[in-house]
Amino acid sequence: MKLTVWTYEGPPHVGAMRVATAMKGLHYVLHAPQGDTYADLLFTMIERRNHRPPVSYTTFEGRDLGTDTASIFRETCRDAYDRYQPQAMIVGASCTAELIQDDPGGLAEAMDIPVPVVALELPSYQRKENFGSDETFYQIVRALAQPMERTQEITANLIGPLALGFRHRDDIEEVKGLLYEMGIGVNVVAPFDATPEDIAKLGQAHFNVLMYPEHAETAARHLERTCSQPYTKTVPIGVGATHDFVAEVAQICAVEPKKDLSRLRQPWWSKSVDSTYLTGKRVFLFGDATHVKTAARIARDEMGFEVVGLGCYNREFARDIRKLAKDYGVEALITDDYLEVEKAIEDLAPEMILGTQMERHIGKRLGIPCAVISAPVHVQDFPARYSPQMGWEGANVIFDTWIHPLVMGLEEHLLHMFREDFEFHDEAGASHHGGHAPKPIAEAPAPEPVAAQPEAPVETGGDVMVWLADAERELKKIPFFVRGKAKRNTEKFAAERGVSEISIDTLYEAKAHFAR
Amino acid sequence: MNQPTNISGATCRDAPILKERGQREVFCGLTGIIWLHRKMQDAFFLVVGSRTCAHLLQSAAGVMIFAEPRFGTAVLEEGDLAGMADAHEELDREVDRLLSRRPDIKQLFLVGSCPSEVIKLDLHRAAERLTVKHAPHVRVLNYSGSGIETTFTQGEDACLASMVPVLPETDERELLLVGALPDVVEDQAVDLLTKMGIGPIRVLPAHRSAEAPGVGPNTVYACLQPFLGDTSAALDRRGARMIQAPFPFGEEGTTLWLRAIADEFGVDDETFAHVTDAPRARARTAIANAAKALQGKTIFFMPDSQLEIPLARFLTRECGMEAIEIGQPYIHKGLVGPDMDLIPAGPTISEGQDVDKQLDRVRAARPDLTVCGLGLANPLEAEGLTTKWAIELVFTPVHFYEQAGDLAGLFSRPVRRRELLKLEAAE
Ligand code: SF4
Ligand code: SF4
Repeated sequence: MKLTVWTYEGPPHVGAMRVATAMKGLHYVLHAPQGDTYADLLFTMIERRNHRPPVSYTTFEGRDLGTDTASIFRETCRDAYDRYQPQAMIVGASCTAELIQDDPGGLAEAMDIPVPVVALELPSYQRKENFGSDETFYQIVRALAQPMERTQEITANLIGPLALGFRHRDDIEEVKGLLYEMGIGVNVVAPFDATPEDIAKLGQAHFNVLMYPEHAETAARHLERTCSQPYTKTVPIGVGATHDFVAEVAQICAVEPKKDLSRLRQPWWSKSVDSTYLTGKRVFLFGDATHVKTAARIARDEMGFEVVGLGCYNREFARDIRKLAKDYGVEALITDDYLEVEKAIEDLAPEMILGTQMERHIGKRLGIPCAVISAPVHVQDFPARYSPQMGWEGANVIFDTWIHPLVMGLEEHLLHMFREDFEFHDEAGASHHGGHAPKPIAEAPAPEPVAAQPEAPVETGGDVMVWLADAERELKKIPFFVRGKAKRNTEKFAAERGVSEISIDTLYEAKAHFAR
Repeated sequence: MNQPTNISGATCRDAPILKERGQREVFCGLTGIIWLHRKMQDAFFLVVGSRTCAHLLQSAAGVMIFAEPRFGTAVLEEGDLAGMADAHEELDREVDRLLSRRPDIKQLFLVGSCPSEVIKLDLHRAAERLTVKHAPHVRVLNYSGSGIETTFTQGEDACLASMVPVLPETDERELLLVGALPDVVEDQAVDLLTKMGIGPIRVLPAHRSAEAPGVGPNTVYACLQPFLGDTSAALDRRGARMIQAPFPFGEEGTTLWLRAIADEFGVDDETFAHVTDAPRARARTAIANAAKALQGKTIFFMPDSQLEIPLARFLTRECGMEAIEIGQPYIHKGLVGPDMDLIPAGPTISEGQDVDKQLDRVRAARPDLTVCGLGLANPLEAEGLTTKWAIELVFTPVHFYEQAGDLAGLFSRPVRRRELLKLEAAE
């Protein structure tokens, strides 16, 4: 038993729903109680889908237990087939139905439904959403795809994009464009918008582009084995990774690595002088492993940030992320406990967070700017405009998105110059953010000591360290976006020297010490 | 003057009920935790359930406003499912940990879920054991919010009902208001009744456990929400007596609800008029403004919050709408009977759900407005139908006079928006 407050991943059947909802002509019969229908709203509200997820829930009740839950399942299955006439069906149980052991797969098989029925075994008490999507897609592929004659021209399948994914819709277009430049066509995109008939044609492609390992790695391996299709290992997010991706594809297909860089602006935007202020910004990264891996490289090599911490919530990729962390000289944080992530961020006091919607909330609470790089995401992360993460345009989009929450270079100077000006005071936050100024830790349960009594010396942390009143006043004159860093550095500096009272001198000695 | 307009002819109370049994598209009772934990400020809600339950709470809450809200899910894992003794020990350990971290917690609700009920984890026994262990600092209660036993707002009913047996005994003649409303609305209700000289007034649930009301044979109570059937039965068992009335939605509902209480406490017409005339007039004006867009429009209620019948009464009688179907997850005439008396027979009254068939009826009727859950709203909009999502009705202050205009506004906004948007090319 484990106490959970907010979760990064839902149960595995939600992963299955993400596959089913992304597809067309597939129907999912889910043995589940009525409350589990909440999952529909993830798709209709957060992603603004204009159709119901293709899911029939059996919605059995307490009084049905032990009597006829199996026949409720059969009826639901029959009704769903008759009403929706899908090309294929998937059947399975949610956590509650798993306990009553009706065996949806066996029941459906005995029903002679005239289309393929794929039974899903998703262990709800051990695994989570990403396992559910990966396993579901694999089972569908395994049931429907076979080795086939290759298409005449070189084609690829794009596999992994699904419903509720972070920018999957637009990433597909970018990857299609990259392949097109090299004269490579697209055979099938799946699960996104694919029908079971499309899945049956996967074998025609020459290779697979594994866009999101979280959702399709098992299927990619399966296709490699059964259809002799190699798959790409590079995820083209970021300038460097996109170059590498093109090279990898060129090698797989033995074609020229042709690129059209005419729309790639990120490198110049990053080199131009206004971006100097990005140098060494301390960032913390958290999300799914794939997005964290790509973001780490962008952060360090393409933005000039300093990665001070990173981690992922999907344990399936823990080993990769530990290795990555080592390369970056930081500790990897592998957890799905939101409070642990918050604690790590508080301790590291980064200047920026690159995370999921969870970290956005942490950032709001701690007054640290945050840009979203990974699912789980909320309604604002499904923009109407074209906004990919992959490919050349993705690199441009990421540059813009990541600097948006930060204070601009020129603006940063102005804030320093005019920090006493009543109209231009730093409490207002970044001027382009309107009502979204970072807030101090107001709602956090622990009281924030520094803001409290200005005259009395203030103790911070476990060791007794005291900010003298004038030093604290001086600290408040430092603009908000560097104040946290200044405070932390000063305290670290003082602690290292065994200084227990922080004066103005300590503050500036620390500043000189840490200057770079 | 304050009596309801007499309805001549058949009303909805006697109309046949279309009972349906099929796929339901409603939340389970766990959802109530989202508003209950805001109301009871020293309570913690510990769901004993699965990752699905945790995910439901997160999705229904929409945003995570607090780092550590006063609710959480003890997620059952493979090991807990094997041996029962273990699960109880694990639960005790989680509760100990929680209570030592959160000394502000005075009431702890162990909330049952489908998985805990299917494996027959006895939370009642656990609550008794934990109450003894953590007395006198914390009282531990239990109720079911599971989807196999409760729908959506029934969770609040189950929670309040679990509190009734442990309320202190009293012989005082007191008025008890039952239901978790936003403070601003609760204060208005208390204020209106106090001005009529009615008191003492107590509220269930109280903000803090120390303020818990007493109950006894001289208690009379009025429900603020139409889904409190079990709570009402539990109060009856304690000797309390219910004041029946339509629910306080809209000007008419509020007046009839107040009048029923006023009658019980012998308030004369003059005092009643003195207290209510001004807010009644305000409410009428506000409704009239918001209801312009609703006049003559048709409405279809999918079953969801249990507020459907009282809201249909308000929208048909005060906003000029015509109801096509009024669906409720279940119909408890002991609670919504007075509202049904005021709706002339005509609309289909349905109980339970078979969502595909019901959607067929929606498509056939093409109502001007469909009230439904969040999972159905955008798909219906995409079919050219205008919708109002029901969950807002339980999250927003909508009861009593001062909110009557807002309540009408919740329904008129989507209708006005549809008329407002011009997304095609000019001719
Ligand atoms: S329906 Fe049951 S399993 Fe599903 S969220 Fe509600 S209590 Fe949990
Ligand atoms: S500043 Fe506000 S609008 Fe912009 S990304 Fe942050 S939260 Fe969103």
